[in-house]
Amino acid sequence: MTRKVGVVLACLAVLGLLGWGGFYVHSRWDDARTLTLATTTSTYDSGLLDVLLPPFEAANKCKVDVVAVGSGQALELGRNGDADVLLVHSPAAEQTFMAEGHGLSRTPLMYNDFIVIGPPNDPLAPRGKLDIQSVFVAIGAAGAEGKAVFLSRGDDSGTDKKEKGLWAKFSLVTEGAWYQEVGAGMGDTLRMTAEQGGYTLADRATYLARYGQGSEGQGKLAVVFEGGQDLYNPYAVIIVDPVSHPNVNGKLAEAFTAYLASEEARQIISTFGADRYGQPLFWLLP
Amino acid sequence: MSAVMTATGLRRSYGERTVLDVGEIALHRGEILALMGPSGSGKTTLLRLLATLERPSAGEVRFGDATWAASPPAVGPSPGDLLSWRRGLAFVSQNPVLFTGSVRDNVVLGLELRGRGGPGAETAVTRVLDDLGLGTLALTSCRSLSAGEAQRVAVARAFVIRPEVLLLDEPTANLDPANVGIIERALVAAAGVSDWRPAILLVTHNLFQARRIAGRTGLLVAGRLVEAGPTRDVFGRPADPRTKAFVEGEMVF
Amino acid sequence: MFGVSSWSELGGIILLSLAVSGTAVLLAAAAAVPLGTALGLSRFRGRAVVLRVLYTLMGLPPTVAGLLVYIAVSKQGPLGSLNLLFTPAAMIIAQWVLVTPIITGLVAVAVEERDRRYRETAVVLGATPWQTRLLVVREARPAVFSAIVAGLGRATAEVGAVMLVGGNIRGETRVMTTAILLETRRGNFGDALVLGAVLLAIGFAINSYVHRLQVGKEGRR
Repeated sequence: MTRKVGVVLACLAVLGLLGWGGFYVHSRWDDARTLTLATTTSTYDSGLLDVLLPPFEAANKCKVDVVAVGSGQALELGRNGDADVLLVHSPAAEQTFMAEGHGLSRTPLMYNDFIVIGPPNDPLAPRGKLDIQSVFVAIGAAGAEGKAVFLSRGDDSGTDKKEKGLWAKFSLVTEGAWYQEVGAGMGDTLRMTAEQGGYTLADRATYLARYGQGSEGQGKLAVVFEGGQDLYNPYAVIIVDPVSHPNVNGKLAEAFTAYLASEEARQIISTFGADRYGQPLFWLLP
Repeated sequence: MSAVMTATGLRRSYGERTVLDVGEIALHRGEILALMGPSGSGKTTLLRLLATLERPSAGEVRFGDATWAASPPAVGPSPGDLLSWRRGLAFVSQNPVLFTGSVRDNVVLGLELRGRGGPGAETAVTRVLDDLGLGTLALTSCRSLSAGEAQRVAVARAFVIRPEVLLLDEPTANLDPANVGIIERALVAAAGVSDWRPAILLVTHNLFQARRIAGRTGLLVAGRLVEAGPTRDVFGRPADPRTKAFVEGEMVF
Repeated sequence: MFGVSSWSELGGIILLSLAVSGTAVLLAAAAAVPLGTALGLSRFRGRAVVLRVLYTLMGLPPTVAGLLVYIAVSKQGPLGSLNLLFTPAAMIIAQWVLVTPIITGLVAVAVEERDRRYRETAVVLGATPWQTRLLVVREARPAVFSAIVAGLGRATAEVGAVMLVGGNIRGETRVMTTAILLETRRGNFGDALVLGAVLLAIGFAINSYVHRLQVGKEGRR
């Protein structure tokens, strides 16, 4: 009996180690044929990359490993040289990144916009409001009176930085129980906003996917304000500098950037989401 | 009768508290010495000292050429001597601790530890199993034994080694009369085996057991040996009033 | 379906989960069982402190384990040149870090218990110190086995460590727990629950098989 158990255990051990060995070797060998792309969770969840990457992978006989984290972490990955190329939407942080010398090049790629989300029967800021400032002022005032809550992602993401930047721009105070920093991704933040009947700032893509027409959450949230230069959300592609980060796959990173400027890629980006949401999720930058 | 193990001036204290203080105890070959006494009188401590499971605070035990005494001064035996001391005796405790495995595995363990296991041990093991009425249980897992059966296995385990000294701590305390009988008969038989004749020290609170099988009996009260002598005399004409009180069941502490 | 594109992708995710956790636990046991046994049998000054440190490490949060390994294997880190970040190897290392203290602690406790119970009997039966140790360790075998299984349960259920060092890369480092996290984040609770049910079913199967092995080993009853 003991012998049989020993044999079984030995087989499991061998299987486990072989499996690991196989995976490890596979990853190591393919290092030259692998491009590590760090992007944000909202970009990843939009599904754009699922359509955008395969043609590039096929043409270059490579694999793009997509790591989806917050903007802050994505840039940190770039700083450490743990990623080859970044696709993020946090302009100020990106500028800092480039100024620090971590990036070889930064290419603006596309944009969409942020929208202010609130309860469907929004009592505070009817859609006729003129500008983003009055919306934020109204929310802040109602919050101070305990009549509304605002959810901030609080995770140093592009969305988070934009939102905090707007409060600061209008010199509005965000102290108080009404301003909740949830430290979560966009999807979770929207969900919590819906549950509390509160307000938040979201990227249009995630909102449409989760709470737009024909989605499961339709009707639970509504767009309270949109438009204007302040809600502009630009995406850029950054190649991590191979000189200061020798492990970076510079060749593939450059090929990727070139691909993104190609007709094929531009076509994919500009039409993505149109059939599903009635409007594309991203607009190209020239 | 030769004394195979002697304890002189043996004392065991924990700080201020002295739990054992006996003058002289001698174990003779082929003799069963019963040691009685109320709970907490130091009977188990005495056994543990003789088995080198504890060091005496004063006094010494002699077993063959080796001495077991307080330390410092370190007059104790070397590790090699300690091993042969322990291998020269066997200890059966009140609640037996058996190892995982069958009855046979446990009984043969002592021999295996001494390098005397293997095919040569077969006959000895089988005989001992029969003596203790364990023949049909030889392959049974120890996990499923009754208390009486487990205790008999512990006794068998001790017997098969044929040690010079056999120390038993209330071996039949929790057993039914049938099991008590089997073990007592086995002890008496063992004492008489000509090429073995172990010295047997039997701690018991069972007066009748002492009268039945012990050649000599002693009474331990509050760590002191109050009386010791031939069983008949201890019971018939006790020298000490405490002995009389104990024997008549009137001892109150 | 269920956030994966095909049965084969789901199969790949399951296999990777088992390979990563299985390997991590086997390697952890290789280190932890001898270490825990030695600790359980030992008596040295400072032992109590060592045990307390060990118990604390047993409660190491998976995210912290992942973070420590991440810092080590990141290109900036001391092991950066090994290119381990975002590979299953890094995930195995992170789970190893997490599971080794657990198995060590459980084994140490089990061995110490058996030591207290069996040592005197063995010693007075005439066992040498090494014979005694072997007898005690043999008595602890079922408990050691359970400790390893507990480690395996912990490894397959955790997500913080493998997420950080693996990156949840589709087809490369995505395992059951990170896949569930992804679907939850996307709002596909139904899919996440299905994946969760699959994970539980696998856990149940492993535990049942292990239980059968255990009962078999204990011999006839």
